Amino acid sequence: MKLDSHEAATPVFDVRGLTKIYQTGEVEVRALNGVDLSLAAGEMAVLLGPSGSGKSTLLNIVGGLDRPTSGSVRFRGRELSGASDRELTAYRRDHVGFVFQFYNLIPSLTAWENVALITEVARQPMSPSEALALVGLEDRMSHFPAQMSGGEQQRVAIARAIAKRPEVLLCDEPTGALDSATGVIVLEALARVNEETGATTAIITHNAGIQQIAHRVFSFLDGRIASEVVNETRIPPSEVSW
Amino acid sequence: MLDRKLVRDLGRLWAQALAVALVMACGVMTLILALGATRALDDTRSAFYDRTRFGEIFASATRAPENLKSAILSINGVSAVATRVVKPVIIDIAGMAEPATGTLISIPDHGAPAVNQLYLRSGRLPEPGRTNETAIIEAFAEAHGFKPGDRFDVLINGKKRTLSITGITLSPEHVYAIGPGDMVPDQRRFGVMHMRRAALEGAFDMEGAFNDVALTLSRNADADEVMARLDIILEPYGGTGAYDRSDHPSDAFLDAELTQLRAMAQVIPPIFLFISAFLINMILTRLIALEREQIGLLKAVGYSNAAIAWHYAKMTLAISLVGVAIGAVAGTRLGRGMASLYGEFFSFPFLVFSQEPDLYVIATLVTFAAALAGAAKAIWSAVALPPAVAMRPPAPTGYRSLFGGPAGGFRLPVSQLTVMALRHLVRWPVRTALTTLGTALPVALLITSLFAFDSIDSMIDTVWFRADRQDATLTFAAERSEEAIRAVEKLPGVIAAEPFRSEAATLRNGHRSRRIQIIASDPVTDIGRVLDQDFGAIELPPKGMLLSERLANHLALSPGDQVEIELSDGQGRIAFAPLVGVTNSYVGLNAYMSRNALDRLSGQGVQISGARIIVDENMLDELYREIKQTPAIASVALQGVSRDKFRATVEENIGISITIYVSLALIITVGVIYNSARIQLSERARELASLRVFGFTNGEVSSVLLTELAVMVLLAQPLGWLIGRGFSELVAQGFESDLFRIPLIINPPTYAIASLVVLGAALVSALIVRRRIDRLDLIRVLKTRD
Ligand SMILES: Nc1ncnc2c1ncn2[C@@H]1O[C@H](COP(=O)(O)OP(=O)(O)OP(=O)(O)O)[C@@H](O)[C@H]1O
Ligand SMILES: [Mg+2]
Repeated sequence: MKLDSHEAATPVFDVRGLTKIYQTGEVEVRALNGVDLSLAAGEMAVLLGPSGSGKSTLLNIVGGLDRPTSGSVRFRGRELSGASDRELTAYRRDHVGFVFQFYNLIPSLTAWENVALITEVARQPMSPSEALALVGLEDRMSHFPAQMSGGEQQRVAIARAIAKRPEVLLCDEPTGALDSATGVIVLEALARVNEETGATTAIITHNAGIQQIAHRVFSFLDGRIASEVVNETRIPPSEVSW
Repeated sequence: MLDRKLVRDLGRLWAQALAVALVMACGVMTLILALGATRALDDTRSAFYDRTRFGEIFASATRAPENLKSAILSINGVSAVATRVVKPVIIDIAGMAEPATGTLISIPDHGAPAVNQLYLRSGRLPEPGRTNETAIIEAFAEAHGFKPGDRFDVLINGKKRTLSITGITLSPEHVYAIGPGDMVPDQRRFGVMHMRRAALEGAFDMEGAFNDVALTLSRNADADEVMARLDIILEPYGGTGAYDRSDHPSDAFLDAELTQLRAMAQVIPPIFLFISAFLINMILTRLIALEREQIGLLKAVGYSNAAIAWHYAKMTLAISLVGVAIGAVAGTRLGRGMASLYGEFFSFPFLVFSQEPDLYVIATLVTFAAALAGAAKAIWSAVALPPAVAMRPPAPTGYRSLFGGPAGGFRLPVSQLTVMALRHLVRWPVRTALTTLGTALPVALLITSLFAFDSIDSMIDTVWFRADRQDATLTFAAERSEEAIRAVEKLPGVIAAEPFRSEAATLRNGHRSRRIQIIASDPVTDIGRVLDQDFGAIELPPKGMLLSERLANHLALSPGDQVEIELSDGQGRIAFAPLVGVTNSYVGLNAYMSRNALDRLSGQGVQISGARIIVDENMLDELYREIKQTPAIASVALQGVSRDKFRATVEENIGISITIYVSLALIITVGVIYNSARIQLSERARELASLRVFGFTNGEVSSVLLTELAVMVLLAQPLGWLIGRGFSELVAQGFESDLFRIPLIINPPTYAIASLVVLGAALVSALIVRRRIDRLDLIRVLKTRD
């Protein structure tokens, strides 16, 4: 996809001087130490970096699950860092789709119902069946999570995340628990969704090969963005070397 | 090492553990209370009866010669006999407008009676030969502040006599002392006075004669045989039939109370123990599920199965110990309170609430056993876990697609949040059922205590506003001609008067028999009425008789059958009358005839025994004054006063028991719902936090938990109503005696109140747990696998 220059000028996310300090007893951990970044609408970003470098912390703050110690996060010009619990809940509900390493499906609901759970309260959702079709799970709709493979479960999680047509799709190690073949299927689903719904997508991964599917790649080190690379040519997930 | 873990676990689970301990404490408390009170009453009663040689067989007659005493004594199986003169009197107490009634009972001129001895509280017995000295029972003395040396007036055989009190006594015959027409003791209006035999013989023309006999039996005596022989001896002298302790009003009442207490000991503590066993099971099962990996690790490093089982057993016992301690303290304190309550009703020389150690040992063992039984299955699952399996995560929980239906097909019109709640409920059906039952039981308990209000109200309405509507019942000293009713009507303040005739008789049907008073009135009466099964007034039939339901059942008679009647007039004539109908009556065993029918039966012409009267309230004092000066009136029952006293006494007692039952119900509800909510929260923390991550509000997330609780709590209501109705029926049956019965009436508001109390307690417990949802850690659940 070609980025529209106008949209690039008014970013979906604008993060400035973001710092997150965890105080555990005497020890002070700077999980984020002055992060600046902005993401454009429809952009797909990959976040790389060693363990403990602050990727998840950033994603959680951007997703409205956590608050920074200092700095600002703007979503379409609205400041998130000072928002109330209620405002953050509404923000997550209306704008953000999440995909996590451990799927976080509801075990007592079928695939279809897990998606319906979200579409029931969304503003302009697609139908659960449509969302499941998008990730290739048309024939698994009545399965409970316990009856599905890890890859299938992760695709249900993606269907759930995209069914509400979110503006943002935040994925923390979506392929972390999957083998390469399954990982490719999941990434294809994410790429397709990014393409078709235009959701700004951020994917955290430890797999450097995945970076080639992104528009931009951010590398984290010790709570900072150490480098930022724009991919001139992207490759489809199927060609990712695992 | 494990003990440190134990202390930490208990510290973490303290609220849940305390909730369970309180439920156990209720079990312990009610057990100690019921067993302790049973023992206190039972032991005190038998000690008192032994000491005072309380009679075992009783009979009365009109006038029997004293020389029958040796014949009675020689009946096989009789060990001691006391012949007495017993007479009702009207007591006139200075400063008290309404007449009190009393019973004069003779004691031998010299020494103590061989049967029914007196227990002297203070003062002394009357001197032999003193005709104006009396010893009175303590309850009556206390109600009037009488002390030895004080005086009061009685109407003996129509003459006013001043009696001087020599002593205050207790009597085994009057542990529960109740006056004519009363349903609960009224110490102010009923007195028992003992005088020397010669004084009473002189006063009532009973020289060389007696009209009452009490006797004790030797071991192995055949009581029925003795009663039959006694009846034969007394029959020519107006014997009214012998009866044993079970028909003795005072002892029958004590017995009814004991029956109640025993029933309480059998029903209520088990409810609490059952619920606490269930709660322990729930908590431990969850704890062990959470500690799977730890258990596996412990086993891997060499802890034995026994050590692990003992660890969880100790946890169970620690919780139980707290419950037992609280329950024992509460039970002991309440027990003392209960003993002093009994002290008001029952006149014993002493009544000590039993605090024998074995009571506490029993309560402790029973509680420990129940708790361990509850824990057993959970502990077994910990023991049975192979270390290797224990360290793997548990297999995922399978759910069934109930309440959902196929994707795109028909689906229940409920949100997925509701589906989550319902699926979880049916996933653990046993736990759901037990939680529902655990919530239904407090509803049932409340209904069982509250229904007494409805029933007593209905009983008061029936007895005093539909049946015995008179303000007072006057009983003549002897039967009078019909003209006497004119004299009654002329008494000051009497608005209406209705004659009645009452004759002692034995009713028989084959080998079944019952000695009762036949009450005869005009066919249609307006003051005292006989009620049919639907509480409508019935006309007395010109021929034949009506029996109250309990009496008809006792005699195995149904309408149309012939009743064999033998009047206790010493004539020995036997007559038959058809049973025309069965009546509804809550008090006593009743047989009714029309006056004509009874007059014909007795063959002595038209006679009346007394009158029921309606009185102008403003003229009461004059009426009372007149009654006290009218020799022809032997006794007066004041129905209005009885009614008020009954209502006040019953309401006080019910008030106390309702306070207790409401507390018990609240404790169960909180124990069950709080624990159930905590465990759900623990099991579903991950799901619920995920929901928060996806943008569901705290309210929506809580609704999953609250829906699940609400379904169980709501299902519990009708179940609780049913169980409560069953319990109430048992209680009503337990109360039923020949003296009175309570109807089983449960009005809709009673169901509603019981439910509201439980719903309120459930809501509060759920909301306490709900606050924890606000504090769910959203990020942690994203980093860990299930
Ligand atoms: N709740 C917390 N309390 C204290 N320290 C924390 C907490 N959460 C994260 N940290 C610390 O903050 C730092 C950044 O953590 P973060 O989870 O963002 O790393 P990450 O880049 O996502 O690592 P990984 O690739 O292993 O997931 C780490 O050093 C971590 O130990
Ligand atoms: Mg991370």
